[in-house]
Amino acid sequence: MAVTSEMNSDNANYDIEPVLLNLGPQHPSTHGVFRIRALLDGEEVVDVEPVFGYLHRGSSKLAEERSYTQVITLTDRLDYLSGMTNNLAYVRAVEALAGVGVPERAQYLRVMTAELMRIASHLMALGFLINDLGAWVTPLMHMFREREKVLDLFEMICGARITFSYMRIGGVSHDLPPGFDVAVNGFLDDFEDRVAEYERLLLENEILVSRMKGIAPLTGERAIECSVTGPNLRASGVNFDLRKQAPYEVYDRMNFDVPVTQNGDNWDRMWVRLQEMKESAKMVRQCMAELPDGITRTEADFFIRPPVGEVYSGIEATKGELGFYLVSDGTIAPYRCGIRAPSFINLTVLRELCIGWKLADLIVNFGTLDINVGEVDR
Amino acid sequence: MALFGAGAIKGLMVTLGYIRRKPFTTQYPEDKLEQSPRFRGNTFVWYEERCTGCATCAKGCPLGIIRIVTHPEPHSQVGSDYHVDVFDIDTGRCMFCALCVEVCPYDALHMGGDFEQASYGREDMVISVEDLKAMPKKPRTQFRPQMEMIGHTGKDELEEHEAGRWSL
Ligand code: SF4
Ligand code: SF4
Repeated sequence: MAVTSEMNSDNANYDIEPVLLNLGPQHPSTHGVFRIRALLDGEEVVDVEPVFGYLHRGSSKLAEERSYTQVITLTDRLDYLSGMTNNLAYVRAVEALAGVGVPERAQYLRVMTAELMRIASHLMALGFLINDLGAWVTPLMHMFREREKVLDLFEMICGARITFSYMRIGGVSHDLPPGFDVAVNGFLDDFEDRVAEYERLLLENEILVSRMKGIAPLTGERAIECSVTGPNLRASGVNFDLRKQAPYEVYDRMNFDVPVTQNGDNWDRMWVRLQEMKESAKMVRQCMAELPDGITRTEADFFIRPPVGEVYSGIEATKGELGFYLVSDGTIAPYRCGIRAPSFINLTVLRELCIGWKLADLIVNFGTLDINVGEVDR
Repeated sequence: MALFGAGAIKGLMVTLGYIRRKPFTTQYPEDKLEQSPRFRGNTFVWYEERCTGCATCAKGCPLGIIRIVTHPEPHSQVGSDYHVDVFDIDTGRCMFCALCVEVCPYDALHMGGDFEQASYGREDMVISVEDLKAMPKKPRTQFRPQMEMIGHTGKDELEEHEAGRWSL
């Protein structure tokens, strides 16, 4: 029997069954090996279930068999788009446990590299978001170009582009190489133009506005209830940033604003990231200007043995609050190493963000949450 | 209501703007990018004369992929002279973190800058002591600030007496 439009328009006569759609684990929009089971009623999403674990490497368990310094190499691989902040969160936890001080110059270097990392990570978040919106890889390549320059800077400092292992317990592993200030200032000058270009391309784009404004709002109360942190929380109108609320390293000396928006929709989540990149660039400039002389590392043993005890220490990483919970039994390896991964906890709200919206919005919601699967599964 | 097609024209203006910029990409196998002096490639530079066989590097490696076998030199007058028989680095599992380079107390092991070490099998990726002896001695300055002080950029060969921190 031929189906006519009149028959389709009257759904009441038919028994509509929701369709279970499997997205991933190998799907270009899942940013890694991530699977979403979506229950669809036509185009509309009825239920969403994130399925993860495909990238599980057992980082917490591996850490129990390695000395404290060796664990730094594992933290590079948690959120592989922001290795510096992972390093920083971990070494800060060990320093709190062992009572190791950090020289001032090293603190500045830590802040500078963490902010460069934030730029690189947010660039990837925005680039892949536009990729998810259907523009495919042309705009993504623009973001890759800028990230490439940040990675070049990291290669100058520590010799690696992704797996840095730059931070050390009691400081950083390398001082700045000769010629670094010229390179970083060249990048920053260029980057201001580039951000202006991105703003023009993104914020004035009709497709982006209509696909993102007002889509999937998250209220501030709900975000707090679900322990959402990072740019996603600040997009929902909650002014909470560990760099301001509990300043670590030299963030209390940095002049920067925390961008906060009120709607919590996809548009705001993107906008907050765009603005944060500008603030980070400002902080990198300030760090280079105020960089004091001195040593970059205190003498801490390679096989350090912190006293018996436990510690939790969190920092504002690129995706949210990244915390490490370490238990020491006095040996050279941690007895327990727990990781509070922001990507994993931000996933809590994915289900309620997607229900009631279209399937095409699901991909965008997932993109603006900025999940890194390496960190979700650890 | 915006003019129909205004967005497309705006997009093309961006394309036009890019015409006068130089391309950022390189044609890889023909053009190669310069690596920074600290670059961690996937080879190692090892000076036999500097190495005492102390195996600190093997202990410092997070993955335990360095295997060292030594025996005392029979003709040696002092007991500290060991001959390195086996120095296997399984680069198939190595993550090039340079912790082995950091902990080497005699500046005998350094990172190399080569990054084209593809092979057909995992067993070919194990660097043996013969390979280490034969490799060009072009150490990178990773964890070797003394090399940066003498202006070494990782492109030239360094003699074994120039690689150490006491040779300045
Ligand atoms: S670079 Fe790292 S993983 Fe490779 S041998 Fe050295 S310590 Fe081990
Ligand atoms: S390379 Fe260095 S750490 Fe390794 S055995 Fe030789 S001297 Fe010791």
